[in-house]
Amino acid sequence: MQELGKVEQASVRVTPDGENRIVIEKDLSSEEMILNMGPQHPSTHGVLRLECRTDGEVVIEAEPYLGYLHRCFEKHAEMTDYPGIVPYVDRMDYLAAMNSDFAYAIAVEKLLDIEIPRRVEFLRVIVAELNRIASHLVAIGTYAIDLGAFTPFLFCFRDREHIMSLLEWTSGARMLYNYILIGGVAYDFPRGFVERTAEFVNYFRPKAVELQKLLTENEIFVKRTRGIGMMPADVAINYGWSGPMLRGSGVEWDLRRVDGYSIYPELDFRVCVPDGRFSDIGDSLSRHLVRAMEMEESLNIIEQCLDRMPSPEGFDPRAAIPKRIRPREGEVYGRAENPRGELGFYIQSDGKSTKPVRCKARSSCFVNLSAMKELSQGQLIPDLVAIIGSIDIVLGEVDR
Amino acid sequence: MISPAVEKARVVWSVISEKFGDAVSPLDENPTMPFFEVTRPELWLDIALFMRDNPKLRFNYMACLSGVDYPEEGKLGIVCNLESLGEHGYTIAVKVKCDREGGVIPSVSRVWKTADWHEREAYDMFGMTFSGHQDMRRILCPEDWEGFPLRKDYQVQENYHGIKVPY
Amino acid sequence: MSAGALLPNSFPFVMSTSLNAWSDALSGFNPAGLPLGLVIIAAIPLVFIALYALTYGVYGERKISAFMQDRLGPMEVGKWGILQTLADILKLLQKEDIVNKDADKFLFVIGPGVLFVGSFLAFAVLPFGPAFIGADLNVGLFYAIGIVALEVVGILAAGWGSNNKWALYGAIRSVAQIVSYEIPAAIAILCGAMMAGTLSMQQITMLQQGEYGFVHYFLFQNPIAWLPFLIYFIASLAETNRAPFDIPEAESELVAGYFTEYTGMKFAVIFLAEYGSMFMVSAIISVVFLGGWASPLPNIGSVALNDWTSGPVWGAFWIVMKGFFFIFIQMWLRWTLPRLRVDQLMYLCWKVLTPFAFLAFVLTAVWEIYVK
Repeated sequence: MQELGKVEQASVRVTPDGENRIVIEKDLSSEEMILNMGPQHPSTHGVLRLECRTDGEVVIEAEPYLGYLHRCFEKHAEMTDYPGIVPYVDRMDYLAAMNSDFAYAIAVEKLLDIEIPRRVEFLRVIVAELNRIASHLVAIGTYAIDLGAFTPFLFCFRDREHIMSLLEWTSGARMLYNYILIGGVAYDFPRGFVERTAEFVNYFRPKAVELQKLLTENEIFVKRTRGIGMMPADVAINYGWSGPMLRGSGVEWDLRRVDGYSIYPELDFRVCVPDGRFSDIGDSLSRHLVRAMEMEESLNIIEQCLDRMPSPEGFDPRAAIPKRIRPREGEVYGRAENPRGELGFYIQSDGKSTKPVRCKARSSCFVNLSAMKELSQGQLIPDLVAIIGSIDIVLGEVDR
Repeated sequence: MISPAVEKARVVWSVISEKFGDAVSPLDENPTMPFFEVTRPELWLDIALFMRDNPKLRFNYMACLSGVDYPEEGKLGIVCNLESLGEHGYTIAVKVKCDREGGVIPSVSRVWKTADWHEREAYDMFGMTFSGHQDMRRILCPEDWEGFPLRKDYQVQENYHGIKVPY
Repeated sequence: MSAGALLPNSFPFVMSTSLNAWSDALSGFNPAGLPLGLVIIAAIPLVFIALYALTYGVYGERKISAFMQDRLGPMEVGKWGILQTLADILKLLQKEDIVNKDADKFLFVIGPGVLFVGSFLAFAVLPFGPAFIGADLNVGLFYAIGIVALEVVGILAAGWGSNNKWALYGAIRSVAQIVSYEIPAAIAILCGAMMAGTLSMQQITMLQQGEYGFVHYFLFQNPIAWLPFLIYFIASLAETNRAPFDIPEAESELVAGYFTEYTGMKFAVIFLAEYGSMFMVSAIISVVFLGGWASPLPNIGSVALNDWTSGPVWGAFWIVMKGFFFIFIQMWLRWTLPRLRVDQLMYLCWKVLTPFAFLAFVLTAVWEIYVK
């Protein structure tokens, strides 16, 4: 365990252009203090413990301690049959449950030999994108409130309520859906859902622009986030970052384009990468901007899907689901683009039983958070809060 | 018909086996996850560095490092999914095995920083240690937990600081 | 020529003498030898403060913030939730008063007390009307600016006495903030004092009283008066720990900053002290720049709006309205802007506000001496 002691090295701080490192002279530093941004804290987005060694307001190092929300997903998965694992998967990243289910279904379907009906693919993509918007709204709202802007948080949640109502209408639950099953979906869209979703898309477009204006064009917000938590692209790739984090560092990497699963190859959307006009590429503001841009792209995707969806005549959403899901012997690593990054499942099946031999969830937040130790060096405590907010962690996924 | 994934995996495997010969097993050409096994675990760190730095391979992204228990063979192992992100686009999986009791696998946390926490989790859940890892301790379970939960023969402990554990 | 000399026959002087007779009479009210009259005079502003803090302060903030955030706010207790604050105070009164085992008991208890006292002592010199002023000090402005420093002691005592690292962080940040921002605030207010030629709050207000209403206000008397006005407004936000300078209470970082560990009535006392000091700085800025209890309506020919809306009760109404207006602006800013980081806050104070305050000071001096 660490003990209090004199700071041996001078504290360092990285300025935005990365080249100049401001070094604080030794005679200004005092005894270091160990501060716990403990498991219960308003802005650690869950039960995350950050043990910060600080010298005044400057953090020398902040080390994350995990495990407070560990619910033994992988052990449960070995004792439950494949369809029964879907609710567990929901509960990992509870803010983007549809996307998590989607990733799991993709992984298992690789080991089965079934053909997914076309309408099912469209249903899956629409709910996944709706959930992506909802998740990004939470990310942006909580990021704003961490920095002290109270109002955008409520605007985000007001709009998220609409999405939750839509998803409740089609799946029966507001947050943990158990909707995307292996081989199909649980229910078809109710009558009127398509019109309501189109209405929502039209309603939300100007709201997304308004949200941008409230935050990105706010001088104080930019001052708090620009140049904070810089992560160069190659270090990000080495850390295993994915999703908006990696795109925030300038890498055009989106699994919906790279892997081209489901019907994404047919849809027209762009991979959102910041262009350096408002922010420095790789800082917290870039990551925030990527999420804001992605919300608009998701709206485009939803619109295209609503237009092209095949008709529901004679359609049974569970038609392709086998009676007993018994994948053939083999292993697979299947992944999908979650709002937080790449959610992957490594599933090992022995071909005989209906339960996986090994089901490992490669969670995006776990990997994104591992860079915290390096990112936090030399930052001020308020900056630490800004960095955690930009990583957008959900502890359910970090700890599983 | 050979799937494109297997084709690419063959290319990767041929480059690696050219350098390391019999330290790597033949390629397992299953269509869902082509992999090869490192038969001499002590060379795993060198193979990893080669895979990352060789200009023909450039595996700069480790997607996942999972610990696995092989009870029939009496071994533990890891499965690494690697990808050449933005460069060649290859994906491949690598397996490294070790003994159950006191098994040691060289750590690749200095090659791919992703492996840092993934190896800690594998140690936490299975019990194999990773030599050369800078901070080998439990990550998800409490520091003083007994046993390695994801092993197939795991028996949960009776008491943890006075709290009854089995449900 | 000094703008401070009061001509004996000018209108405001006459009015105030007849109204001072009021307060003289009241202060002479000594039933059975007890100075009840003086107590009543002193009590009037304090009763007002209590009522205000209960109603407009907390309730207003909740309703205003709710409407800005597209929701309703308190609606259950009383019609439109008017009795909500009363219910909250009753609840806080009967809550358990927890003092940490390891806390420094003396400092822990003294902290909110000193904070509250420092916050409300400045009300003694606020002129609520031509006749209603607690203590008509001839250095009233100086006193009002200086007494805020007492708050700092209270905050530091509260933060240190809590025996909590996070509370200590909040307290230290707050001390740095308040002490630094006093400088641009004081210099900006000095500009106003220069325009008046006196430090007495009552006299400053009387000099802004005139038949053309708002034209006499110092804000419009001087082409650069808007600069000290703006500087003082921003500095006063920092003095009262309001957003965007609410780093000491940064809810999302420090839970509640220096008053994390307080419960029950002590928490209520700190809360009320914050609303009290909000009103205090609003009143100071309206007295110095916007005429205090002087009516803004001009006399247009025979429609003598100014005369109709002047008087002891009207005066109190005007200063209260002006105070409420600035409080509304403060609340508006709180719910719109994110929080500044500590070093950005200090940068703003020392490298932006202070130089501009000095500039305003020099320009006001030039205007007063050479142009007037």
